[in-house]
Amino acid sequence: MTASAAPSALGDPPAPTWADALTVPSRRGDRWFGLASRGAGVSVVALVSLVGVFLVSQAIPALAHDQVDFLTSREWSVGGDAPRFGILEMLWTTTTASVIAMAIAVPIGVCVALFLTEYAPTWLRRTAATLVDLLAAVPSIVYGLWGLVVFRPVVRPVEDWLSTHLGWFPLFAPTGITGGTIMFIGVVLAIMILPIVTAISREVFAQTPTPHKEGALALGATKWEMIRTAVLPFGRPGVVSAAMLALGRALGETIAVTFIVSTLAAGSGWTWSLLSGGETFASRIANNAAEFDSPQKTGAFIAAGLVLFILTFVVNAVARVVIERRKAFTE
Amino acid sequence: MMIVAMSGALALSACGTDATTAATTTSGAGASGCPTGTLKAEGSSAQKNAIEAAIKSYQSRCSGATVNYAATGSGAGIKQFIAGQVDFGGSDSALKDDEAKSAEATCGSPAWHLPMVTGPVGIAYNLPSVPSLVLNADVAARIFLGQITMWNDPAIAALNAGVTLPATKISVFFRSDESGTTDNFTKYLKAVAGPSWTVDSGKKWNGTVGEGKPQNAGVATAAKGIEGSISYLEWSYITQNKLGLAKVDNGSGPVELTSTSVGKMVESATQKGTGNDLSLTLDYATTVPGAYPINLVTYEVVCSTYKDPAKAKLVTSFLTHFSSDEVQKSLESLGYAPLPATISAKVKAAIAAVG
Repeated sequence: MTASAAPSALGDPPAPTWADALTVPSRRGDRWFGLASRGAGVSVVALVSLVGVFLVSQAIPALAHDQVDFLTSREWSVGGDAPRFGILEMLWTTTTASVIAMAIAVPIGVCVALFLTEYAPTWLRRTAATLVDLLAAVPSIVYGLWGLVVFRPVVRPVEDWLSTHLGWFPLFAPTGITGGTIMFIGVVLAIMILPIVTAISREVFAQTPTPHKEGALALGATKWEMIRTAVLPFGRPGVVSAAMLALGRALGETIAVTFIVSTLAAGSGWTWSLLSGGETFASRIANNAAEFDSPQKTGAFIAAGLVLFILTFVVNAVARVVIERRKAFTE
Repeated sequence: MMIVAMSGALALSACGTDATTAATTTSGAGASGCPTGTLKAEGSSAQKNAIEAAIKSYQSRCSGATVNYAATGSGAGIKQFIAGQVDFGGSDSALKDDEAKSAEATCGSPAWHLPMVTGPVGIAYNLPSVPSLVLNADVAARIFLGQITMWNDPAIAALNAGVTLPATKISVFFRSDESGTTDNFTKYLKAVAGPSWTVDSGKKWNGTVGEGKPQNAGVATAAKGIEGSISYLEWSYITQNKLGLAKVDNGSGPVELTSTSVGKMVESATQKGTGNDLSLTLDYATTVPGAYPINLVTYEVVCSTYKDPAKAKLVTSFLTHFSSDEVQKSLESLGYAPLPATISAKVKAAIAAVG
């Protein structure tokens, strides 16, 4: 359905006013290229809109039968005639794990990018950059397996330390969860999104105009002061957009999370602890996909998927606004 | 050959609605006892792996026959069978009286239940210092609901005289996806440990403590990694992961999970149906000595006489293969137990009587 939308969009004659402004009518190549790129743009927008339409149309019938408040309930029993399902717990797990991932990956990623552009010797730059990019090429199932088998025992003592010494703080309250805690998911996600943050930040930092940097140094700035006054402000919109792209990946990551996560029992009490388990939107949908035996049930999961879709959309929209405003300041 | 199989499929999809249209299927085209055509079946997901293995070996023996099984759940299987949409249904429980009547109307003859697959669930524990552990339904229910939290709890010790139980914390693991294993296990707890098992039974775990992992494999891996863990798993996953397999005290002493003890439980069931209708009253609360109680039998629900004789031949041929000792024995590696001899003989006789 979505695929057939693209060619028709491509075939539409461009509206004369802005088409004339953008293309030179006499050059055939220009016109074709303009058409092609416009078609590509329109088809992407159409694709995303259709995904949204699909999610909404599938979710609405299920939501109409929901017996509890969809946004504030922790229950999730979708079978039978009186389904009760809400997304509160998934929303909490998804956002906190992603926030933890961001809190770790963004500072480290920016530091790595600064090191690669400002500090590293030339011979190291290319090699190190390639290695970091390689992290992005590792399939997420491998992160899941590696996380569960190799990385878990490394993080476990840290979590134990937190719960024994800072257990009074609600976020580190001890729980009975031994496997995939929210914090652990966050750490694994951080590793997965690190290459995105690093690669984009590196590209932006590398484009800092040399006169800015030399100017800072000429005014007597140290290297760190030069980075702080010239490189970072210039790269800030790029870093923000890198972070948002990474956040989108973290929110939607499925297989690695499904593999690692420890689901909470349905009747367990609410806890703010990051050392507790939970399910993200994506992991719950993936985990139960084999049991979608009625449209009602499927609809409930699609409704959860819709929330994730909207969440990602909002995050990206906010990022756009931030970038636009920062641009106005720096230029 | 292709055309024959396809016309057979078309004819069969009209199952039970109009017998006259379904006369094009040729039979006896393949090897002896190998009719050609397509069978459609639907139902219980508990027997999914077993029937899929049986279908695979059947189709490699009888290349002209195709069997399609959709594991959509017992309820859906019965519904489709009554509607005449499938040739036989798979169900974990016997048809209710009104369902049996509707099925008889569709078939034009009484529907029969043929017990075919037995699926035991084991309670797995991870305590290297304890080679043998006994639990009963009540203690298991209290452990899985988090009321018993330490392995050296007096309630566990009372069942395990002479065993030194470590002061290790119990970590409960359950299935985070919906599953027949959870359904079977919680139905057992509900039936036998009623007052202690205070939450609902069903395909979804409704407990209050512990951590959930996807699939048998996920639970087994997690349980393997944590000393002091307890979980419920399909039999094969416990042996393959070398986890401890708890004996279950059914009231007449501890019983180990073996083919024999599972067979004993099935054998001890009383036959509810008459003659070749082998619906059983399977009792989770059985107290027969040596009978392992956490066990589920999946029936194939068939018409005793099919309107289309060619279809009857196909059903008979496939179920004969499925119930053969060789195939039943091979199911053990998938975590199922073979049918016990007495039941197996009755099932074979009933299959032969399907016309």
